[in-house]
Amino acid sequence: MRFDTIIIGGGLAGLVCGIKLQKAGQKCAIVSAGQSAMHFSSGTFDLLGRLPDGTEVESPLEAMASLPAEHPYSVLGVEKVAEYAAQAKEFFAECGIKVNGDASRNSWRVTPTGERKAAWLTLGDFTPPASREEKIGNKALIINILGYLDFNTKFLADSFEKQGTECRIASIKLEEMERLRKNPSEMRSTNIARVMDRDGIWEKTADQIKTLIKGEDIVVLPAVFGLKDASVVEKLREAIGIKTMFVATMPPSVPGIRTQMTLKSEFEKAGGRFFLGDTVTESTADEKGQIRNISTVNFNDIRMEADNFVLATGSFFSKGLIATPDKIYEPVFGIDLTYNEGRENWFNTNFWKKQNYISFGARVDADLNASIDGNKISNLYAIGSVTGGTNALYEGCGGGVAIITALAAADRILEKK
Amino acid sequence: MKMQEKNISANNFEQCIKCTVCTVYCPVVPVNPLYPGPKQAGPDGERLRLKKGLFFDNTLKYCLNCKRCEVACPSGVRIGDIIQSARIKYSTDAPKLRDMILANTDFMGSVVTKVAPVANFALGLKPTKVVMDAVLKVDKHRTFPKYATKTFESWYKKNVMSFQESFKRHVSYFHGCYVNYNYPQLGKDLVSVMNALGYGVHLLENEKCCGTALIANCMIDKAKKNAEHNIASIRKSVYERQMPVIGASSSCNFTIRDEYPHLLGVDNSDVRDYIELGTRFIYRLIDEGKVKLVFKKDYKAKIAYHTPCHMEKLGWGIFSTELLRMIPGVDLTILDSNCCGIAGTYGFKKENYEVSQAIGKPLFEQIEKLRPDFVACDCETCKWQIEMSTSKEVKNPISILAEALDLVATSEANK
Repeated sequence: MRFDTIIIGGGLAGLVCGIKLQKAGQKCAIVSAGQSAMHFSSGTFDLLGRLPDGTEVESPLEAMASLPAEHPYSVLGVEKVAEYAAQAKEFFAECGIKVNGDASRNSWRVTPTGERKAAWLTLGDFTPPASREEKIGNKALIINILGYLDFNTKFLADSFEKQGTECRIASIKLEEMERLRKNPSEMRSTNIARVMDRDGIWEKTADQIKTLIKGEDIVVLPAVFGLKDASVVEKLREAIGIKTMFVATMPPSVPGIRTQMTLKSEFEKAGGRFFLGDTVTESTADEKGQIRNISTVNFNDIRMEADNFVLATGSFFSKGLIATPDKIYEPVFGIDLTYNEGRENWFNTNFWKKQNYISFGARVDADLNASIDGNKISNLYAIGSVTGGTNALYEGCGGGVAIITALAAADRILEKK
Repeated sequence: MKMQEKNISANNFEQCIKCTVCTVYCPVVPVNPLYPGPKQAGPDGERLRLKKGLFFDNTLKYCLNCKRCEVACPSGVRIGDIIQSARIKYSTDAPKLRDMILANTDFMGSVVTKVAPVANFALGLKPTKVVMDAVLKVDKHRTFPKYATKTFESWYKKNVMSFQESFKRHVSYFHGCYVNYNYPQLGKDLVSVMNALGYGVHLLENEKCCGTALIANCMIDKAKKNAEHNIASIRKSVYERQMPVIGASSSCNFTIRDEYPHLLGVDNSDVRDYIELGTRFIYRLIDEGKVKLVFKKDYKAKIAYHTPCHMEKLGWGIFSTELLRMIPGVDLTILDSNCCGIAGTYGFKKENYEVSQAIGKPLFEQIEKLRPDFVACDCETCKWQIEMSTSKEVKNPISILAEALDLVATSEANK
């Protein structure tokens, strides 16, 4: 089966790259071994929150100049990154996903435990404070749905109170939710969202919330609304009448899954072929080292051929990188990686400290091409969190690296024609 | 350093990192709160069951065995297999008479086809349905698929067997119970398409039911016996007669390829690669330039393709849909990935009827909204469910090919 480009990995990076290529007229396939980390998304994409030395970043575009040479942003060049960052907002809008935010200035999202982390693009559901210290309001009413365990109201209240917001915690009880409560282990965000999305339910929810408001100027709710589309979020906000802030829950993430589903259907609507639950088993290169085709578990002897291949397989969680006791490798093509030899250099036994292994990954050049045994493979690109040179967790740049390398790789492929 | 480097469990159990993605895609969880969900029923429960079997929870019977959890799992855990294996190992529920009737598709078929007109008439009668509902707990809304008056095998032997040897290339056909006892037309379509492509079609030696329904109803001894018999026949076909085996039912195919080794412990590793769906077999021939399809000039159809759950797991929907796309005059829409709810015999059981219809609801609504001429699907039980729950007819892609191909011109082109 022939394609122009085959992308391996169906998460944020793979989908963004695939949509851009497919919309530009290419015939693309995405092969994805299971669902992606978008299911744990915070609902925001970060660009750069912290420099490797720990300095907090206010303006990501300005701060990028001080990143080390191996960082994907440095490899691409700061100017290019700024260009793609500007494109990103439009890209999502064209996919029907509303995002807010600005690459020249970070906002600060509230995490499920009430911490604040730097954010670049934020899904329309969320209204992140402009600074780490900014009060969300004078008096907050934090509301949970009775029986829902993945939203910790006390943590949130503690952190809001530190900034001077007076907090009250309440919960709502809906008859329709009682069926779910019979099964505490399955009273999860997505199942709640499925009920909430039904007509009549969110109205009831809004009515209950309104009767609970006693002089508060802000309502805080878990982000469990709008699994299929975000319209219910807006409707609820309007019906409540006062400022309403949604806070990300523990996984699975309703806004993240909605974004993943929207991007996937955008890719398929444009004519792309998405193969979920399939794993690449081997690849064939020609005598010049160019990748010619791949084989998968489900395709077996029927090869998938393409002019270009994009590796968007993610990091260790998604098995884009594999660690054994003595080595770390990339399992699909065996491309060259940047990583420290010696297991003792991989991790810090203090779990909360910066972990080196997170910065390991594909070594790419300015074209985002990967290499095998030191030889550049000009039709193989590595994007997203499989690329090395950045500790995305520590630096707060995973979302940005995924989106920007995806857009950049798509451009490189399109420039070839 | 002392560490366990490799998985030692059969189903990749150790790889579960409790990420909860599987629970998002389980079709049962949103509609049946009694079901503990794939994570709890699968790897989480397995941890306890490994200590003591008494931790087995009977609500695992609500699992559809659709494998959507496995398709979604980012860590390659065979969640569905863990759940089904636990049912096989620990369930003490003896299959009811009703389950035996539903699961023994070949026994029932061979008896009922002999009296098909009477049986079809009786099974369609309201009083019969009321009695079956009350006594057997087979839901009254269901109608049994009609039984054929003549089995596919007897049609084959009488009408086409004699000239199959005259072709240059050959395949064996695993037709399954549905084609044999209920809907021989699909088998006839497969024979005409393959013959037009220059392939002789042959029966396996004494084919038995693949066992999908037997496994679902925990009738494991019989399922295993059938599996061993079928694999032996397939082995003969592949190695003694050099004939790969094709089928037209995604669930039969899936069971023979994956459930035999994973759930029944029947080794099929030497023949697994030679068993596949006809659409995949034909796609490969076209991809390699070995056959040509010549279509009728005036064929026109608006088709909506439904991907059966086991087809999602096989990952082969693409071969059926790419073939349909090759037909000029076809306007094809791929329906959203949504279980139809029937899951073989599951939806026939009175206690599951409502859950079954609730699962399929978004699919039925999408079909009605789209208003296709008909629905395409590679699974017979999805066909019953969609035909019962919507106004549309469901056709197997092989039958659509048989309709759309200019069979005479195609035969000429592949001589």
